[in-house]
Amino acid sequence: MLRTIDEINDKIRSGKVVVATAEEVVGLVQDQGVKQTARQVDVVTTGTFGPMCSSGIYFNIAQSTPKIKCGGGRASFGGVPLYAGWAAADLLLGATALPDDDPRNAVYPGLFKFGGAHIIEGLLKGERYRLEVRNHGTDCYPRKEYFTELGLDDFTQATMFNPRNAYQLYNVAINLNKKTIYTYMGVLKGNMGNANYATSGALSPLLNDPKLRTVGIGTRVFLCGAEGYVVYPGTQHVPQPQRDDRGLPLFPSATLALVGDLKQMNPRWLRAASITGYGTSLAVAFGLPLPVLDEQVIADASVTDADITFPIVDYSQNYPLGRVVDLGRVSMAELMSGRIEINNKAVPTGSMTSRYQGRQVSLELKERIKRGTFFLTRPVAALPGATLIDE
Amino acid sequence: MAKKKVVFSFPPRLISEPITYRLVKDFDLQVNILRAMVSPRERGRMVVEISGREQSLQDALDYLIEHGVEVNAVVQELRHHPDLCVNCSACTALCPTDALTVDSTTREVSYDPAECILCESCIPACSYQALESQF
Repeated sequence: MLRTIDEINDKIRSGKVVVATAEEVVGLVQDQGVKQTARQVDVVTTGTFGPMCSSGIYFNIAQSTPKIKCGGGRASFGGVPLYAGWAAADLLLGATALPDDDPRNAVYPGLFKFGGAHIIEGLLKGERYRLEVRNHGTDCYPRKEYFTELGLDDFTQATMFNPRNAYQLYNVAINLNKKTIYTYMGVLKGNMGNANYATSGALSPLLNDPKLRTVGIGTRVFLCGAEGYVVYPGTQHVPQPQRDDRGLPLFPSATLALVGDLKQMNPRWLRAASITGYGTSLAVAFGLPLPVLDEQVIADASVTDADITFPIVDYSQNYPLGRVVDLGRVSMAELMSGRIEINNKAVPTGSMTSRYQGRQVSLELKERIKRGTFFLTRPVAALPGATLIDE
Repeated sequence: MAKKKVVFSFPPRLISEPITYRLVKDFDLQVNILRAMVSPRERGRMVVEISGREQSLQDALDYLIEHGVEVNAVVQELRHHPDLCVNCSACTALCPTDALTVDSTTREVSYDPAECILCESCIPACSYQALESQF
């Protein structure tokens, strides 16, 4: 044990904390080794920025007079359907929700210019949208229809929730068929015309702590410019993945459920995405701070783009049909070079995740910690399959 | 040898004229048509790379303009909006000429209009409307 989280927070308070991004740690470890770097650095920051369909906001509206019960009724916001299966004034808007009259893929490939994600981004930019609620009246909530215009300031609370975020490792998508396909991994041209990936590699939060030794339920994180929290394992979390010699998972494995205050978020760190032929999604900025409690934290965070490898998956047949076919692996360094080789064919690569923005996230989080405006938390419980470092 | 990449816009009355033939025959130019779209009775547009002697090239452009052909630089035809771009690089894999590239160090995406052939492959790949074609 090198230091405790309380000691790190004391250093943040006194302005003496030493913070390095996960990219900077790679260089530090190459120059001076793990031991020295671990003594020097208190916190490592990570970052990523990419579309996460499993995003949404729930919000509470001030009641009308007379009151109306949203729960069990029908509601829309800016023409996009809301989930209205909760209490009288609580509503949920999902990033992938579409207006009923969107043509979708009727004219293929659909453009998906406007959906839940666009409203979430619009709210942060000060836009207002029309809320429509219809329900059966009750003795305590007699109103049957309520139409009004609301912006972010009008909500009592507005909270972002990701049932799943920060996927640890992800597929590299190719198309073995002849025809171009339109997927959540982007446009994939036929006959392996391109290969798309979705990770920030050596900056990726959970690839820098592959066994989840420092992150758990209750960890404070950077989410779209706000302070957010890890509240639970994310959906599809895999507790015991197959790993390589470095401890990195071989297939998509750990995930996190995240929550944060939408009112604290900033449109610089959140963008609506219109994914051609697929639908709308929300690109979110996520940064995870790793407290350097022991040397292993630095050893793990020194992972390089050459160390991380991803499985290549065909999205024309194998992915849609759930077939697991081994098409080989490719490293992040190869992907970032712009061309990879599959079966002796040079295939150009593209990314759905912005490494540039991921780097900005890691630097912003580093600045906040150094300025003394972001403090670390001790998780209250480990994620399934993980063991937290014993302080 | 001089080389130019330009967009020709023809008014409806010129659509039946063999403009490309004239450029080859009368001005001794090499004409490489990168993209063309002709709507009868409306207008015709063509992205071409023309090369030949400097003087012939200038004479040819003068001839075209004199006959009512609008000649524009390619730069205005496809726009990359850096303020909307998140620098993800989903577009770069689909760009056949490396007009869209990502810097190996900064990971910023940049667009070089000189390399662009206006194929528009990049447009459906961008989820953030950062690429716009005016062709």
